[in-house]
Amino acid sequence: MTGEQITFLIVALVTLGSGLMVVTTRNLVHAALWLVATLFGVAVTYALLHASFLAVVQVVVYIGAIAILFIFAVMLTRKDMRDQGPQMNRNWWFGALLAVLTFGGLYFLLQGWTGLSKTAAALPSGFDAVGELGNALVSPDAYVLPFEVASVLLVAALVGAVYVAFNPHSGNSGK
Amino acid sequence: MVPLSWYLIFAAALFSIGLFGVLSRRNAIAILLGVELMLNSVNINLAAFWRYGNVMDMTGQVFAIIVFAVAAAEVAVGLALVISVYRRRNTVVADEIDMMKW
Amino acid sequence: MSFWNDPLKVAADWLMGILTGWGMPEIAAQILIGFLGILLLISVLMVLDIFLVWVERKVVARFQDRIGPNRLGPFGLIQPFADIIKLMIKEDTTPGGADKVVYNLAPMLSMMSVLILWAVVPLAPTMLGVDLNIGVLYIIAAGAIGTLSIIMAGWASNNKFALIGAFRQVAVMVSFEVPMLATLLIPTILTGSMGTGAIIEKQDIWFFWLAPLGAVIFLIAAIAELGRAPFDMAEGESELVSGYNIEYSGMKFGMFYAGELLHAFTFGGFLAIMFFGGYRFFGLELVSPFLAIAVLLFKAFIGYWLIMWVKYTLLRIRIDHMLAFNWKFLTPLAFVLLMVVALMNALLAGTPTWLYIVGMFLSNVLVAWGALEVARSYSRREREKVEGPKPVVETAQH
Repeated sequence: MTGEQITFLIVALVTLGSGLMVVTTRNLVHAALWLVATLFGVAVTYALLHASFLAVVQVVVYIGAIAILFIFAVMLTRKDMRDQGPQMNRNWWFGALLAVLTFGGLYFLLQGWTGLSKTAAALPSGFDAVGELGNALVSPDAYVLPFEVASVLLVAALVGAVYVAFNPHSGNSGK
Repeated sequence: MVPLSWYLIFAAALFSIGLFGVLSRRNAIAILLGVELMLNSVNINLAAFWRYGNVMDMTGQVFAIIVFAVAAAEVAVGLALVISVYRRRNTVVADEIDMMKW
Repeated sequence: MSFWNDPLKVAADWLMGILTGWGMPEIAAQILIGFLGILLLISVLMVLDIFLVWVERKVVARFQDRIGPNRLGPFGLIQPFADIIKLMIKEDTTPGGADKVVYNLAPMLSMMSVLILWAVVPLAPTMLGVDLNIGVLYIIAAGAIGTLSIIMAGWASNNKFALIGAFRQVAVMVSFEVPMLATLLIPTILTGSMGTGAIIEKQDIWFFWLAPLGAVIFLIAAIAELGRAPFDMAEGESELVSGYNIEYSGMKFGMFYAGELLHAFTFGGFLAIMFFGGYRFFGLELVSPFLAIAVLLFKAFIGYWLIMWVKYTLLRIRIDHMLAFNWKFLTPLAFVLLMVVALMNALLAGTPTWLYIVGMFLSNVLVAWGALEVARSYSRREREKVEGPKPVVETAQH
């Protein structure tokens, strides 16, 4: 077993463990903090895959923005369901069953596939993944259209979020 | 070297955990947490297929970035909805938001 | 290759020889040497941090027309050690109802978010922790971990003041990340790389002369990111007592405090790296890495002094004013500047150097002037809304 494999196994186990904590912890702020640990594990996975740009963007976008947003939302809605009462709904066993079945099914499907034991070819020397990615994102032959659509989507989400969460009775509007 | 299957099984396990969270939690915010886990597992797959396929073809990474954008948009709107519902109905339990159910 | 020219490599080779001589496998020796290098960097930084306490206290004293620490040792140089001993022997309290794990984790994360920044700081041409090709984004990512530590501290303390302070600070940090990222992209565009090493290599002309407005916006965003005055509403002593770190005592508070000082110094360093040529000073850096480090530290201290100067001169700004200033003024300005710099850089690509510099500089000045005019007319309109229109000056009275 090589060092890379050991590293991968440790990272995967930590990530899956904290992922389990996300869905089972009763305290929601803790769940959000476990989510941060999971996201960090995924970022390390990207780094192991030599996708350095994705790794850093994962930390900036997910931990710096999304996780913080989750923590804010949990605190803003905290009067309710403090830590008492069941956090799972009545049919949680059904969800668990379905999750296990999904994993089993995916595992079964992957078993029959030949490309599975493939190992990665070494990166070409002087290969600049970030530069290639940048070119792919703005080149008309590649993905400039999805990129632009994503930016429109973000603006729409921004406007929508402000509109939905805006409280006309809070007194902030009277300018 | 780590074979491709390890990454795929890791992503499948993370996806199942997220699915369990979405299906079994009562709190709407916790359900969104589960959705985040599922999106992340998909991203791992995209990055892994980029690395193990043709490295010069950036499709995997580009789509991972678009998934980032979609996730950010989803969380912003989703949490805004949860907070808005909480203001009006004083609950974040997904089962109790049932005014439209007849 | 002598010690004077490349100390790290010589030391690493020497250690490698000894360790492999003891029968250690090469890969294990490499990992061990890497860890020793990290340990060395962190120890030097912590010693520097202790010294920064003294610098900060001495400088604030001068700004406030005092002498500052002057009893212990020459010029009060031993004072920070006395501070540390005091912090160490203080009772280490944990408030009742606090979330113990999160409460104890927060100061560590706060310190860590600062220390990991130094992985991408090029100390000398041959001394760079990791030459990440995404170094600029890495700086923002480290800031994200700092944000997380603050909200963890505020929440886990089980104290309303701490939570309000954390909320304010996080709102500020998340907002000011946007103009900071936009201005960090300016050196990236001028260099064609996000690596900090490459950015310094490219600065035959300081980027300050090509994008002075970018440097100013970066400084403002950095001060907000640090949570220092005039953007220190997290610690608004008059309203919040002390903000997110109110419940911390002893060395845990010390870690927040030391982290803040080192963070300010680090951003002084980044200002030097991004806009003032980093370790470069008329070829001095080629003589020896030691001189290069000295140049970088000198420039970083100037940046740090600038941040302190702002802190001890200006008053605190109200939070809504500050966020409005960011979203309505600084962020649009940063993006306009980014576009202008990219455009001018492409237009002036083939021209002689002097024309290139003058063109870039003037375009920056023009953008700054336009932005100030817009801000002035906006504030005039706001003032008229409150006070009513100014009466027309009557000239023919007599």
